[in-house]
Amino acid sequence: MSESVPITVNVNGRERSAMVEARLLLVHYLRENLNLTGTHVGCDTSQCGACTVLVDGRSTKSCTVFAVQADGSEIQTIEGLADGDELHPLQDGFWEEHGLQCGYCTPGMIMSAANLLQDNPAPSEEEIREGISGNLCRCTGYQHIVNAIQHAAERMAQS
Amino acid sequence: MIPTTFEYRRATSVAEALTLLQEGGPEAKLLAGGHSLIPMMKQRLAEPGLLIDIGGLDELRGIQETDDGEIAIGAAMTHAEIAASDLLHTQAPIVAETAAAIGDAQVRNRGTIGGSLAHADPGADLPAVMVALDATIAILGPNGDRKVQADDFFQDILTVDLGEDEIVTGVCFQACRSAAYAKLEQRASKFALVGVAAALSLDGGSCSSARVAVTGASSHAQRLGGVEDALAGASLPDGAADAAAGAGDALDFVNEDLHGSESYRRAMTAVFARRAIEAAAGRG
Repeated sequence: MSESVPITVNVNGRERSAMVEARLLLVHYLRENLNLTGTHVGCDTSQCGACTVLVDGRSTKSCTVFAVQADGSEIQTIEGLADGDELHPLQDGFWEEHGLQCGYCTPGMIMSAANLLQDNPAPSEEEIREGISGNLCRCTGYQHIVNAIQHAAERMAQS
Repeated sequence: MIPTTFEYRRATSVAEALTLLQEGGPEAKLLAGGHSLIPMMKQRLAEPGLLIDIGGLDELRGIQETDDGEIAIGAAMTHAEIAASDLLHTQAPIVAETAAAIGDAQVRNRGTIGGSLAHADPGADLPAVMVALDATIAILGPNGDRKVQADDFFQDILTVDLGEDEIVTGVCFQACRSAAYAKLEQRASKFALVGVAAALSLDGGSCSSARVAVTGASSHAQRLGGVEDALAGASLPDGAADAAAGAGDALDFVNEDLHGSESYRRAMTAVFARRAIEAAAGRG
Protein backbone atom coordinates (compact mmCIF):
# COMPACT_ATOMS: atom_id res chain seq x y z
CA MET A 1 0.00 0.00 0.00
CA SER A 2 1.27 3.42 -0.92
CA GLU A 3 1.87 6.19 1.55
CA SER A 4 -1.18 7.92 3.00
CA VAL A 5 -1.83 11.58 2.29
CA PRO A 6 -3.56 13.95 4.73
CA ILE A 7 -6.66 15.71 3.45
CA THR A 8 -9.15 18.12 4.95
CA VAL A 9 -12.43 18.69 3.19
CA ASN A 10 -15.68 20.35 4.12
CA VAL A 11 -18.50 17.91 3.40
CA ASN A 12 -22.04 19.23 3.69
CA GLY A 13 -20.85 21.99 6.03
CA ARG A 14 -18.81 19.75 8.28
CA GLU A 15 -15.03 19.70 8.26
CA ARG A 16 -13.49 16.27 7.85
CA SER A 17 -9.85 15.28 8.04
CA ALA A 18 -8.43 11.93 7.08
CA MET A 19 -5.34 10.09 5.96
CA VAL A 20 -6.14 8.54 2.60
CA GLU A 21 -4.36 6.45 0.05
CA ALA A 22 -3.55 8.64 -2.96
CA ARG A 23 -5.47 6.36 -5.32
CA LEU A 24 -8.67 6.51 -3.27
CA LEU A 25 -11.41 7.94 -5.47
CA LEU A 26 -13.56 10.72 -4.05
CA VAL A 27 -16.71 8.62 -4.42
CA HIS A 28 -15.19 5.83 -2.33
CA TYR A 29 -14.03 8.33 0.30
CA LEU A 30 -17.58 9.67 0.59
CA ARG A 31 -19.27 6.28 0.62
CA GLU A 32 -16.83 4.16 2.58
CA ASN A 33 -14.96 6.56 4.86
CA LEU A 34 -17.85 8.94 5.61
CA ASN A 35 -20.71 6.46 5.10
CA LEU A 36 -22.47 8.96 2.81
CA THR A 37 -23.94 6.29 0.57
CA GLY A 38 -26.40 8.59 -1.19
CA THR A 39 -23.72 9.18 -3.82
CA HIS A 40 -23.86 6.13 -6.04
CA VAL A 41 -21.32 4.30 -8.16
CA GLY A 42 -22.91 3.52 -11.50
CA CYS A 43 -20.70 2.93 -14.51
CA ASP A 44 -17.41 3.79 -12.77
CA THR A 45 -16.22 5.14 -16.15
CA SER A 46 -17.23 8.86 -15.96
CA GLN A 47 -20.24 8.40 -18.19
CA CYS A 48 -23.41 7.80 -16.16
CA GLY A 49 -23.22 10.63 -13.60
CA ALA A 50 -24.67 8.60 -10.69
CA CYS A 51 -21.66 9.69 -8.61
CA THR A 52 -22.18 13.42 -9.24
CA VAL A 53 -21.47 15.71 -6.28
CA LEU A 54 -20.68 19.43 -6.08
CA VAL A 55 -17.02 20.27 -5.55
CA ASP A 56 -16.70 23.98 -4.74
CA GLY A 57 -20.15 24.39 -6.22
CA ARG A 58 -19.43 22.66 -9.54
CA SER A 59 -21.00 19.34 -10.53
CA THR A 60 -18.30 16.70 -10.60
CA LYS A 61 -18.20 12.97 -11.33
CA SER A 62 -16.67 11.78 -8.09
CA CYS A 63 -15.56 8.48 -9.67
CA THR A 64 -13.10 10.49 -11.77
CA VAL A 65 -11.50 12.55 -9.02
CA PHE A 66 -9.02 11.36 -6.42
CA ALA A 67 -9.94 12.32 -2.87
CA VAL A 68 -6.52 13.98 -2.55
CA GLN A 69 -7.45 16.37 -5.38
CA ALA A 70 -10.39 17.57 -3.30
CA ASP A 71 -8.16 18.55 -0.36
CA GLY A 72 -9.25 22.01 0.79
CA SER A 73 -12.52 21.87 -1.16
CA GLU A 74 -16.13 22.22 -0.17
CA ILE A 75 -18.15 19.20 -1.17
CA GLN A 76 -21.91 18.91 -1.23
CA THR A 77 -23.63 15.56 -1.61
CA ILE A 78 -27.30 14.65 -1.81
CA GLU A 79 -27.32 14.28 1.99
CA GLY A 80 -26.46 17.97 2.36
CA LEU A 81 -29.23 19.34 0.19
CA ALA A 82 -32.25 19.36 2.52
CA ASP A 83 -32.60 22.01 5.21
CA GLY A 84 -33.37 19.85 8.22
CA ASP A 85 -36.72 18.19 7.48
CA GLU A 86 -37.43 20.68 4.70
CA LEU A 87 -36.74 19.13 1.32
CA HIS A 88 -34.74 21.14 -1.21
CA PRO A 89 -36.98 22.33 -4.09
CA LEU A 90 -35.24 19.82 -6.37
CA GLN A 91 -35.99 16.94 -4.00
CA ASP A 92 -39.55 18.19 -3.73
CA GLY A 93 -39.77 18.44 -7.52
CA PHE A 94 -38.62 14.84 -8.02
CA TRP A 95 -41.22 13.78 -5.42
CA GLU A 96 -44.09 15.81 -6.85
CA GLU A 97 -43.38 15.12 -10.51
CA HIS A 98 -42.42 11.47 -10.05
CA GLY A 99 -38.94 12.14 -11.40
CA LEU A 100 -37.69 8.64 -10.69
CA GLN A 101 -38.53 5.00 -10.93
CA CYS A 102 -35.72 2.85 -9.52
CA GLY A 103 -34.00 5.92 -8.06
CA TYR A 104 -30.44 4.85 -8.71
CA CYS A 105 -29.60 7.86 -10.88
CA THR A 106 -31.57 10.31 -8.74
CA PRO A 107 -28.88 11.68 -6.37
CA GLY A 108 -26.54 12.42 -9.29
CA MET A 109 -29.39 13.80 -11.36
CA ILE A 110 -30.36 16.18 -8.55
CA MET A 111 -26.80 17.35 -7.95
CA SER A 112 -26.35 18.06 -11.67
CA ALA A 113 -29.64 19.93 -11.68
CA ALA A 114 -28.48 21.94 -8.65
CA ASN A 115 -25.43 23.14 -10.61
CA LEU A 116 -27.61 23.85 -13.66
CA LEU A 117 -30.12 25.96 -11.71
CA GLN A 118 -27.31 27.83 -10.00
CA ASP A 119 -25.88 28.85 -13.41
CA ASN A 120 -29.23 29.26 -15.12
CA PRO A 121 -32.21 29.74 -12.75
CA ALA A 122 -34.79 29.63 -15.55
CA PRO A 123 -33.61 27.04 -18.07
CA SER A 124 -35.62 26.06 -21.15
CA GLU A 125 -36.53 22.41 -21.61
CA GLU A 126 -33.68 22.09 -24.11
CA GLU A 127 -31.24 23.65 -21.65
CA ILE A 128 -32.38 21.23 -18.94
CA ARG A 129 -31.85 18.27 -21.27
CA GLU A 130 -28.37 19.56 -22.16
CA GLY A 131 -27.65 20.27 -18.50
CA ILE A 132 -28.36 16.70 -17.42
CA SER A 133 -26.79 15.08 -20.49
CA GLY A 134 -23.99 13.80 -18.27
CA ASN A 135 -26.48 11.76 -16.24
CA LEU A 136 -28.05 8.59 -17.53
CA CYS A 137 -31.45 7.27 -16.45
CA ARG A 138 -32.47 3.89 -17.78
CA CYS A 139 -36.04 3.96 -16.38
CA THR A 140 -37.90 7.16 -16.96
CA GLY A 141 -37.19 8.33 -20.48
CA TYR A 142 -36.23 11.65 -18.83
CA GLN A 143 -39.55 13.46 -19.30
CA HIS A 144 -40.52 13.36 -15.63
CA ILE A 145 -37.01 14.34 -14.62
CA VAL A 146 -37.25 17.40 -16.86
CA ASN A 147 -40.64 18.18 -15.30
CA ALA A 148 -39.15 17.81 -11.82
CA ILE A 149 -36.35 20.27 -12.58
CA GLN A 150 -38.84 22.75 -14.09
CA HIS A 151 -40.96 22.37 -10.95
CA ALA A 152 -37.91 23.16 -8.79
CA ALA A 153 -36.91 26.14 -10.95
CA GLU A 154 -40.39 27.63 -10.60
CA ARG A 155 -40.45 27.08 -6.85
CA MET A 156 -36.98 28.57 -6.40
CA ALA A 157 -38.02 31.61 -8.47
CA GLN A 158 -41.01 32.19 -6.19
CA SER A 159 -39.06 32.02 -2.96
CA MET B 1 -11.72 -0.29 -11.11
CA ILE B 2 -8.90 0.78 -8.85
CA PRO B 3 -5.72 2.33 -10.27
CA THR B 4 -2.32 1.00 -9.31
CA THR B 5 -0.60 2.75 -6.43
CA PHE B 6 1.27 5.97 -7.00
CA GLU B 7 2.85 8.81 -5.09
CA TYR B 8 0.87 12.06 -5.14
CA ARG B 9 2.45 15.48 -4.93
CA ARG B 10 0.58 18.76 -5.20
CA ALA B 11 2.89 21.30 -6.82
CA THR B 12 2.81 24.79 -5.33
CA SER B 13 4.35 26.40 -8.43
CA VAL B 14 5.11 25.56 -12.04
CA ALA B 15 8.81 25.63 -11.14
CA GLU B 16 8.25 22.99 -8.45
CA ALA B 17 6.23 20.88 -10.88
CA LEU B 18 9.13 21.00 -13.34
CA THR B 19 11.55 19.86 -10.66
CA LEU B 20 9.23 17.03 -9.63
CA LEU B 21 8.86 15.99 -13.28
CA GLN B 22 12.62 15.74 -13.62
CA GLU B 23 12.97 13.78 -10.39
CA GLY B 24 10.16 11.42 -11.35
CA GLY B 25 11.49 10.75 -14.84
CA PRO B 26 9.36 8.44 -17.00
CA GLU B 27 7.27 7.43 -13.94
CA ALA B 28 5.90 10.95 -13.50
CA LYS B 29 2.70 12.29 -15.00
CA LEU B 30 1.05 15.67 -14.64
CA LEU B 31 -2.49 15.78 -13.27
CA ALA B 32 -4.85 18.73 -13.73
CA GLY B 33 -8.52 17.94 -14.37
CA GLY B 34 -7.65 14.28 -14.74
CA HIS B 35 -10.50 13.54 -17.11
CA SER B 36 -8.29 11.83 -19.65
CA LEU B 37 -5.66 10.44 -17.29
CA ILE B 38 -7.80 9.05 -14.45
CA PRO B 39 -10.04 6.94 -16.72
CA MET B 40 -6.87 5.50 -18.29
CA MET B 41 -5.42 4.81 -14.83
CA LYS B 42 -8.63 3.09 -13.74
CA GLN B 43 -8.36 0.80 -16.74
CA ARG B 44 -4.66 0.39 -15.94
CA LEU B 45 -3.76 1.59 -19.40
CA ALA B 46 -1.65 4.16 -17.57
CA GLU B 47 0.26 3.27 -14.41
CA PRO B 48 2.33 6.30 -13.44
CA GLY B 49 4.35 6.00 -10.25
CA LEU B 50 4.14 9.71 -9.47
CA LEU B 51 1.29 12.13 -10.06
CA ILE B 52 2.12 15.83 -9.91
CA ASP B 53 -1.05 17.85 -9.37
CA ILE B 54 -0.88 21.19 -11.18
CA GLY B 55 -4.64 21.72 -11.28
CA GLY B 56 -4.77 24.48 -8.70
CA LEU B 57 -1.83 26.59 -9.85
CA ASP B 58 -2.71 30.25 -10.32
CA GLU B 59 0.17 30.59 -12.80
CA LEU B 60 -1.72 28.35 -15.21
CA ARG B 61 -5.01 30.20 -14.93
CA GLY B 62 -6.58 33.17 -16.69
CA ILE B 63 -8.04 34.26 -20.01
CA GLN B 64 -6.77 37.64 -21.14
CA GLU B 65 -5.64 39.86 -23.97
CA THR B 66 -1.87 40.13 -24.16
CA ASP B 67 0.06 43.33 -24.77
CA ASP B 68 0.45 42.46 -28.45
CA GLY B 69 -3.28 41.99 -28.91
CA GLU B 70 -3.47 38.20 -28.74
CA ILE B 71 -5.72 36.19 -26.48
CA ALA B 72 -3.99 33.92 -23.98
CA ILE B 73 -5.62 31.06 -22.10
CA GLY B 74 -3.86 29.37 -19.17
CA ALA B 75 -3.46 25.61 -19.41
CA ALA B 76 -5.46 24.87 -16.24
CA MET B 77 -8.59 26.71 -17.37
CA THR B 78 -11.53 24.34 -17.49
CA HIS B 79 -13.77 23.92 -20.50
CA ALA B 80 -16.63 25.38 -18.43
CA GLU B 81 -14.62 28.49 -17.64
CA ILE B 82 -13.66 28.90 -21.29
CA ALA B 83 -17.28 28.41 -22.37
CA ALA B 84 -18.36 31.15 -19.94
CA SER B 85 -15.71 33.70 -20.95
CA ASP B 86 -17.16 37.00 -22.18
CA LEU B 87 -13.81 37.91 -23.71
CA LEU B 88 -13.82 34.77 -25.84
CA HIS B 89 -17.47 35.17 -26.84
CA THR B 90 -16.57 38.63 -28.13
CA GLN B 91 -13.11 38.06 -29.59
CA ALA B 92 -13.01 34.39 -30.58
CA PRO B 93 -16.47 32.87 -30.18
CA ILE B 94 -15.35 29.62 -31.83
CA VAL B 95 -13.26 28.79 -28.75
CA ALA B 96 -16.05 29.37 -26.22
CA GLU B 97 -18.59 27.52 -28.37
CA THR B 98 -16.32 24.55 -28.90
CA ALA B 99 -15.55 24.30 -25.19
CA ALA B 100 -19.30 24.34 -24.48
CA ALA B 101 -19.77 21.37 -26.83
CA ILE B 102 -17.21 19.13 -25.08
CA GLY B 103 -18.54 16.11 -23.19
CA ASP B 104 -21.10 17.02 -20.54
CA ALA B 105 -21.37 19.60 -17.76
CA GLN B 106 -19.42 17.54 -15.24
CA VAL B 107 -16.61 16.83 -17.70
CA ARG B 108 -16.44 20.53 -18.63
CA ASN B 109 -16.22 21.45 -14.94
CA ARG B 110 -13.03 19.41 -14.51
CA GLY B 111 -11.35 18.98 -17.90
CA THR B 112 -8.77 21.59 -18.87
CA ILE B 113 -7.59 23.01 -22.18
CA GLY B 114 -3.96 22.17 -21.41
CA GLY B 115 -4.87 18.59 -20.63
CA SER B 116 -6.97 18.22 -23.75
CA LEU B 117 -4.23 19.55 -26.00
CA ALA B 118 -1.41 17.58 -24.36
CA HIS B 119 -3.43 14.34 -24.38
CA ALA B 120 -4.42 14.84 -28.05
CA ASP B 121 -7.22 12.35 -28.24
CA PRO B 122 -7.97 11.91 -31.96
CA GLY B 123 -11.62 12.83 -31.25
CA ALA B 124 -10.92 15.88 -29.09
CA ASP B 125 -12.47 19.12 -30.30
CA LEU B 126 -10.07 21.87 -29.25
CA PRO B 127 -7.03 20.66 -31.23
CA ALA B 128 -8.77 21.40 -34.55
CA VAL B 129 -9.80 24.84 -33.34
CA MET B 130 -6.27 25.64 -32.20
CA VAL B 131 -4.83 24.54 -35.56
CA ALA B 132 -7.42 26.61 -37.47
CA LEU B 133 -6.65 29.68 -35.33
CA ASP B 134 -2.90 29.14 -35.86
CA ALA B 135 -2.57 29.12 -32.08
CA THR B 136 0.75 28.98 -30.30
CA ILE B 137 1.23 26.40 -27.56
CA ALA B 138 3.39 27.72 -24.72
CA ILE B 139 5.65 25.09 -23.18
CA LEU B 140 7.98 25.27 -20.20
CA GLY B 141 10.83 22.83 -19.67
CA PRO B 142 14.08 22.53 -17.75
CA ASN B 143 15.83 24.63 -20.41
CA GLY B 144 13.28 27.43 -20.35
CA ASP B 145 10.22 28.17 -22.40
CA ARG B 146 9.47 27.56 -26.04
CA LYS B 147 6.52 28.06 -28.33
CA VAL B 148 5.14 25.64 -30.90
CA GLN B 149 2.50 26.31 -33.53
CA ALA B 150 -0.51 24.07 -33.00
CA ASP B 151 -0.11 22.61 -36.49
CA ASP B 152 3.35 21.31 -35.53
CA PHE B 153 2.35 20.35 -31.97
CA PHE B 154 -0.10 17.60 -33.01
CA GLN B 155 1.97 14.84 -34.57
CA ASP B 156 0.11 11.54 -34.38
CA ILE B 157 -2.46 9.66 -32.31
CA LEU B 158 -2.00 10.78 -28.67
CA THR B 159 1.37 12.16 -29.72
CA VAL B 160 2.43 15.77 -29.46
CA ASP B 161 5.65 17.79 -29.48
CA LEU B 162 6.07 17.75 -25.72
CA GLY B 163 8.94 16.23 -23.75
CA GLU B 164 8.40 14.11 -20.63
CA ASP B 165 10.03 16.89 -18.62
CA GLU B 166 7.93 19.70 -20.12
CA ILE B 167 4.63 21.36 -19.19
CA VAL B 168 2.07 23.00 -21.45
CA THR B 169 1.47 26.34 -19.73
CA GLY B 170 -1.07 27.88 -22.09
CA VAL B 171 -2.15 28.80 -25.59
CA CYS B 172 -2.46 32.10 -27.40
CA PHE B 173 -3.97 33.15 -30.70
CA GLN B 174 -5.15 36.19 -32.63
CA ALA B 175 -8.70 37.32 -32.06
CA CYS B 176 -10.93 36.01 -34.84
CA ARG B 177 -14.67 36.47 -35.11
CA SER B 178 -15.21 34.82 -38.50
CA ALA B 179 -14.43 31.30 -37.35
CA ALA B 180 -16.68 28.36 -36.50
CA TYR B 181 -16.51 24.70 -35.54
CA ALA B 182 -18.96 22.03 -36.65
CA LYS B 183 -18.88 18.42 -35.52
CA LEU B 184 -20.56 15.11 -36.00
CA GLU B 185 -20.48 13.86 -32.46
CA GLN B 186 -20.59 10.40 -30.99
CA ARG B 187 -23.86 10.81 -29.14
CA ALA B 188 -22.83 9.19 -25.87
CA SER B 189 -19.34 10.62 -25.38
CA LYS B 190 -19.70 13.81 -27.49
CA PHE B 191 -16.26 13.09 -28.94
CA ALA B 192 -16.00 14.17 -32.56
CA LEU B 193 -16.36 11.42 -35.15
CA VAL B 194 -15.55 14.29 -37.47
CA GLY B 195 -15.09 17.91 -36.40
CA VAL B 196 -14.00 20.76 -38.62
CA ALA B 197 -12.86 24.23 -37.58
CA ALA B 198 -12.74 27.01 -40.17
CA ALA B 199 -11.17 30.44 -39.63
CA LEU B 200 -11.72 32.83 -42.51
CA SER B 201 -10.36 36.19 -43.57
CA LEU B 202 -13.30 37.83 -45.30
CA ASP B 203 -13.37 40.72 -47.70
CA GLY B 204 -17.01 41.55 -48.21
CA GLY B 205 -18.64 38.42 -49.62
CA SER B 206 -15.43 36.72 -50.61
CA CYS B 207 -12.78 34.85 -48.71
CA SER B 208 -9.26 36.20 -49.02
CA SER B 209 -7.64 33.39 -47.06
CA ALA B 210 -8.65 30.55 -44.74
CA ARG B 211 -7.33 28.04 -42.28
CA VAL B 212 -9.38 24.87 -41.99
CA ALA B 213 -8.56 21.92 -39.72
CA VAL B 214 -10.18 18.57 -38.99
CA THR B 215 -10.26 16.38 -35.88
CA GLY B 216 -11.83 12.99 -35.29
CA ALA B 217 -11.41 11.86 -38.88
CA SER B 218 -7.74 11.02 -38.66
CA SER B 219 -4.98 10.18 -36.18
CA HIS B 220 -4.61 13.78 -35.07
CA ALA B 221 -5.88 17.28 -35.77
CA GLN B 222 -4.54 18.56 -39.07
CA ARG B 223 -5.08 21.19 -41.74
CA LEU B 224 -7.22 20.57 -44.80
CA GLY B 225 -4.85 22.23 -47.27
CA GLY B 226 -6.97 21.57 -50.34
CA VAL B 227 -9.98 23.25 -48.77
CA GLU B 228 -7.89 26.22 -47.70
CA ASP B 229 -6.57 26.64 -51.27
CA ALA B 230 -10.05 26.33 -52.76
CA LEU B 231 -11.39 28.96 -50.37
CA ALA B 232 -8.88 31.63 -51.42
CA GLY B 233 -10.90 34.02 -53.54
CA ALA B 234 -14.11 32.00 -53.22
CA SER B 235 -17.38 33.83 -52.75
CA LEU B 236 -19.18 32.76 -49.59
CA PRO B 237 -21.39 31.22 -48.49
CA ASP B 238 -22.24 30.00 -52.01
CA GLY B 239 -18.77 28.62 -52.68
CA ALA B 240 -18.52 26.65 -49.42
CA ALA B 241 -19.81 23.35 -50.80
CA ASP B 242 -17.43 23.33 -53.75
CA ALA B 243 -14.46 24.28 -51.60
CA ALA B 244 -15.28 21.53 -49.05
CA ALA B 245 -16.18 18.82 -51.54
CA GLY B 246 -12.83 17.05 -51.65
CA ALA B 247 -11.97 17.49 -47.96
CA GLY B 248 -12.42 13.88 -46.88
CA ASP B 249 -10.87 12.26 -49.92
CA ALA B 250 -7.68 14.25 -49.48
CA LEU B 251 -6.90 12.78 -46.04
CA ASP B 252 -4.09 10.21 -46.03
CA PHE B 253 -5.34 8.19 -43.10
CA VAL B 254 -8.90 8.00 -41.78
CA ASN B 255 -10.09 6.31 -38.59
CA GLU B 256 -12.56 3.47 -38.72
CA ASP B 257 -14.49 2.02 -35.77
CA LEU B 258 -17.96 0.86 -34.80
CA HIS B 259 -19.18 4.45 -34.82
CA GLY B 260 -18.21 5.18 -38.41
CA SER B 261 -16.48 3.54 -41.34
CA GLU B 262 -13.62 5.15 -43.21
CA SER B 263 -15.83 6.08 -46.18
CA TYR B 264 -18.48 7.55 -43.88
CA ARG B 265 -15.93 9.69 -42.10
CA ARG B 266 -14.47 10.88 -45.41
CA ALA B 267 -17.95 11.86 -46.59
CA MET B 268 -18.76 13.60 -43.32
CA THR B 269 -15.49 15.52 -43.40
CA ALA B 270 -16.73 17.29 -46.53
CA VAL B 271 -20.19 17.86 -45.01
CA PHE B 272 -18.90 19.31 -41.75
CA ALA B 273 -16.21 21.33 -43.52
CA ARG B 274 -18.99 22.98 -45.54
CA ARG B 275 -21.05 23.63 -42.40
CA ALA B 276 -18.10 25.12 -40.53
CA ILE B 277 -17.22 27.37 -43.48
CA GLU B 278 -20.82 28.53 -43.88
CA ALA B 279 -21.14 29.27 -40.18
CA ALA B 280 -17.83 31.17 -40.16
CA ALA B 281 -18.83 33.14 -43.26
CA GLY B 282 -22.13 34.02 -41.59
CA ARG B 283 -20.15 35.87 -38.95
CA GLY B 284 -18.23 38.04 -41.41
